[in-house]
Amino acid sequence: MVEAIRDADPEARRSAFDVLVTAYWRPVYAHLRKRWQLEPADAEDLTQEFFARSLASGFLEGYDPARARFRTYVRACLDRFVANARRDERRLKRGGGVTLVPLDFLQVERGLAAGDGDGRDGDPDAWFEREWIRGLFTDAVADLRAACRDTPRQIRFAVFERYDLVPGSDADRPSYRELAEALSLPVTQVTNHLAWARRELRRLVLERLRFLTATAAEFRAEAEDLFGEGDS
Amino acid sequence: MSLPDAALTHLRQVLRAPEPPADRYKIREPIGHGGMGTVYRASDRTLGREVALKVLRADVAGEDAAIRLEREARILARLEHPGIVPVHDVGTLADGRVYYVMKLVRGERLHDFARGVSRADALRVLQRVCETVGFAHAQGVVHRDLKPSNIMVGGFGEVLVLDWGIARIRGTPDGGGDEAAAPTLGAPSIAAPGEADTAPGVVLGTPGFMAPEQARGDAGQIDARTDVYALGAILRAVAGAGSANQPVPRPLAAIWNRALSPDPGGRYGSAAELAADITRFLDGAPVAAYRENIAERAGRVFRKYQVAIILVLTYLAVRLLFLAMRGL
Repeated sequence: MVEAIRDADPEARRSAFDVLVTAYWRPVYAHLRKRWQLEPADAEDLTQEFFARSLASGFLEGYDPARARFRTYVRACLDRFVANARRDERRLKRGGGVTLVPLDFLQVERGLAAGDGDGRDGDPDAWFEREWIRGLFTDAVADLRAACRDTPRQIRFAVFERYDLVPGSDADRPSYRELAEALSLPVTQVTNHLAWARRELRRLVLERLRFLTATAAEFRAEAEDLFGEGDS
Repeated sequence: MSLPDAALTHLRQVLRAPEPPADRYKIREPIGHGGMGTVYRASDRTLGREVALKVLRADVAGEDAAIRLEREARILARLEHPGIVPVHDVGTLADGRVYYVMKLVRGERLHDFARGVSRADALRVLQRVCETVGFAHAQGVVHRDLKPSNIMVGGFGEVLVLDWGIARIRGTPDGGGDEAAAPTLGAPSIAAPGEADTAPGVVLGTPGFMAPEQARGDAGQIDARTDVYALGAILRAVAGAGSANQPVPRPLAAIWNRALSPDPGGRYGSAAELAADITRFLDGAPVAAYRENIAERAGRVFRKYQVAIILVLTYLAVRLLFLAMRGL
């Protein structure tokens, strides 16, 4: 993708840009809210304008893989973009900003509110990273759901959804036996389906990650952060 | 719809942790990390013992990496030797990652062990390392990543050569570098036709212990002498270090200098030859790598037989004294 956003073909560029927006709108919005303390409406407008301007002026194309990870570069560009906007005292017209794609800011807003007490508030960079990871996993889960829909694998996704995507704590998670009874499956089938879904999800996450990174070294570093032995 | 925090945290945990067959192994804490895999302490419920379970790291999990780990397991299984960790089991985790189970070894890595022992003790350990590597060479296997951190000395004196992850099987073609061409588990031989390992130009190993031909990525030149070079580097690091007050004997330095010859032809032909020279040095015999002068030879013979020589000289001195006293 990083190479594709420099493509001479406008179609290819636009397509790569869509991937970029999908992967980065959550962290960009969260960063504007937490690091720059913008109001939700201003953060929404500035998120849209950031991507619109980066497509128009190509400032993300100056990325040098030797100097930083791409997401670090995006965050640096965003900070510069906001600082310039403030310096120029640019006023965004509410509702008159650019809209690239419809983005559900409300769900990020709910996440920001829910995470206020978990100690991340002191570190705006942690919000950016967390939302970037959330985007990766959310999109990979959506890919998995789409791949299973209307196929015999639908039951596998149903098991995965009811076990691994439980929104509450571990206490809210059903046991394998409960899940097996609820779906009329043998317990072994539940664990098999779960294992398959996790394996597929890992593959999809790594596939997206490979596309979102510029070099093999950057991919390995990001993958190590995601799945290495460090803290979540 | 974005994933909530709890689901995201849970997913990252389950995608990270290995899930071996739950009825057989229970994973404990990670005890080592490598470029390709993570080693966990685990409990083998069937046999009621602790084992080490090496699994591909999730972030490198891919077809090539899986084949490499399988090769490592198969190489280890082929090398049945007291100096090589035995493999008990190989399999695939529920998430598709390859793992293998081996004996859990406890001990010190060579660089830590060597700090607390005499040079002679360190040399005896190296002698055994050379014998183990020599055994692997006899089986057609070149380790390619020998270094002090890949050698473990156990609490009962066991000496184990670890991490055969980038070992090469002699006689297998290097051309093409198509790892995917390697056979999968269950193949009858690790040296199966068509199996390839490292492509020409690809550099695997550790700087400081890597022979020049390996550092150049010259796959065609890599053979047992490549390991001899690494053993020479280990010998120099372990037996030459920490001896500021204790000069290095010239024959010992000559041994590692021969092993470290930039030209493979100038090195020992095998790890066994190197082991033999270390043994000769420890026994006070002349070493093949060093031509000593008369004074050095006399000094070596004196050191080797000093007790006997002192006894004979004392006897002669007493005898002379006795004769002198009788003549008075």
